[in-house]
Amino acid sequence: MPAELTEAADGIKQPGPLLEFWHYFRENRGSVAGLVVICIVVLAAILADLIAPYGPAEQFREHFLAPPVWMEGGSWQFVLGTDAVGRDILSRIIHGSRFSLVIGLIVVSLSLAAGVVIGLVAGFFRGWTETMIMRLMDIILAMPSLLLAIVIVAILGPGLVNAMIAVAITYLPHYVRLTRASVIAETSRDYVVASRVAGAGLGRLMFVTVLPNCMAPLIVQATLGFSNAILDAAALGFLGLGAQPPTPEWGTMLADAREFVLRAWWVVTFPGLAILITVLAFNLMGDGLRDALDPKLKRS
Amino acid sequence: MFRFLLARLGILVPTFVGVTFVAFVLIRLVPGDPIEMLAGERGIGAERHAELMAQYGFDRPLWYQYGSFLVNVLQGDLGQSLVTRRPVLAEFLALFPATVELSLLAMLFAVLVGLPAGVLAAVRRGTFLDHAVMGASLTGYSMPIFWWALLLIILFSGMLQWTPVSGRIDLLYFFEPVTGFMLIDSLLADEPGAFASALRHLVLPAVVLGTIPMAVIARQTRSAMLEVLGEDYVRTARAKGLAPRRVVGLHALRNALIPVVTVIGLQVGLLFSGAILTETIFAWPGVGKWLIDSIARRDYPSVQGGIVLIAGVVMLVNLLVDLLYGLVNPRIRHAR
Repeated sequence: MPAELTEAADGIKQPGPLLEFWHYFRENRGSVAGLVVICIVVLAAILADLIAPYGPAEQFREHFLAPPVWMEGGSWQFVLGTDAVGRDILSRIIHGSRFSLVIGLIVVSLSLAAGVVIGLVAGFFRGWTETMIMRLMDIILAMPSLLLAIVIVAILGPGLVNAMIAVAITYLPHYVRLTRASVIAETSRDYVVASRVAGAGLGRLMFVTVLPNCMAPLIVQATLGFSNAILDAAALGFLGLGAQPPTPEWGTMLADAREFVLRAWWVVTFPGLAILITVLAFNLMGDGLRDALDPKLKRS
Repeated sequence: MFRFLLARLGILVPTFVGVTFVAFVLIRLVPGDPIEMLAGERGIGAERHAELMAQYGFDRPLWYQYGSFLVNVLQGDLGQSLVTRRPVLAEFLALFPATVELSLLAMLFAVLVGLPAGVLAAVRRGTFLDHAVMGASLTGYSMPIFWWALLLIILFSGMLQWTPVSGRIDLLYFFEPVTGFMLIDSLLADEPGAFASALRHLVLPAVVLGTIPMAVIARQTRSAMLEVLGEDYVRTARAKGLAPRRVVGLHALRNALIPVVTVIGLQVGLLFSGAILTETIFAWPGVGKWLIDSIARRDYPSVQGGIVLIAGVVMLVNLLVDLLYGLVNPRIRHAR
């Protein structure tokens, strides 16, 4: 019955871009798991004041280094135990999720924004400008990223904000290179030429015409950059150059706990586990995003 | 090949000069006056201060200071440590073998575990084994290695008491350093006890430092193998009845190695970042720990020289890796 068929065909709508993306994304079960974990971490960060049993700096002077609940001497009062000054580790980890997410967000936004602009400039103004920019990026890449970050923190002074700036600078070259490469590939296409002929100005060409078509690899890199940012900022915190105690940042918590490594394993284990799980989740999601956004790059 | 080498050097040299410039500028940006830093809390008279400024050349214009720094660097003179008064280059060279020994063993661990794991995952694609290898690889890649180090210390040094917590060798052993590599020197000195001690000190740091490269190598090997296993020549080799082991080991692996070598080369730069953390945790007397200590002591000539030297080493290794391509991949060799 043709009438019914056309009716049925009308019922099938072309899936929107978001739906199509979700269709590809959910095929990768690992990425969906990563997304779920990230949602949990985000919720923990937003609701930290409500769900954490205690405040992050609250001390219980009768309970120094109390073991977690399943060990002998542990109690439900402190599910994951307490640290050397009697603070509840679970509460500190929950509050610490705020720092890790903010670190990831700010570092990625900083290096993405700066990297995209510099990369666009390099890709549009070829010649001298490009050479200078790319050589500078080569120089940054020639230095071990953590070393560069440490030196920058030494200049700016230790602290969370400066650590984030330092890490953002070390990731800049990746975004610049990616943006420049896609810009060069895109500018020779017909639609860009058409737009130029139609009289589009440089700003419009850069940000409205070309940039949206370069976004897929940048989004993937940004997700993966999130996990690297969290790792590097935690490493700086661990070396005493990032967030300063008593901030419940996970890396800084580990630095505090180092001297108890052989006496109270739980002080060391749980903050690191939190870092690992969060970073793993972002990496899993990054993989899924890459597959979904860029079928050409699809992993075999 | 020679032309290729020249072209690469043409990029390398300006980049290296750029690194010296960035290192110089970064160190000048650090707040504080180096002479006052040197004098410490006792303070220093204005006259003596000016005298020392002149002695170290800090009173000259910046462009002149950079120029002489660059000329000195190219002559192998990286200045003097403010703390020990020894040449920076000598300090670096004394500690460098420890870092190289650690890094080599870490890479050995990474390749010996990562490569077979990647091949196995590719050959047994889709099985439980494949998923296990990929899961482990992604976990290793996401690992905060400073925490991983602490966990291994808890397990192997604390609970099992198999390995020492820090250092390179037990204090009761002493022998003349010949190569600077404890493992080789102890064998040369014919001290099996010292060799065992050095190895026990080396195992945990090497595993920690090798974890991320291992994960990356396993992943890269798997995807390179999967690509190659689908090629026609592999099918031909199979069709003519070669043993599967021979097909995988000889025909496929050799061609899959090209991207893997790239990745191994890229890991060298990252290895230094890891070495800074690993050496700090295990009190390993290498250049990573030395740099961290120098920054903490505000020994800026050491930091400046250290950055230049490490960046130089990274660039040289990357160049070597590029040259190595030609050896693994004849197609590239002839194209040049």
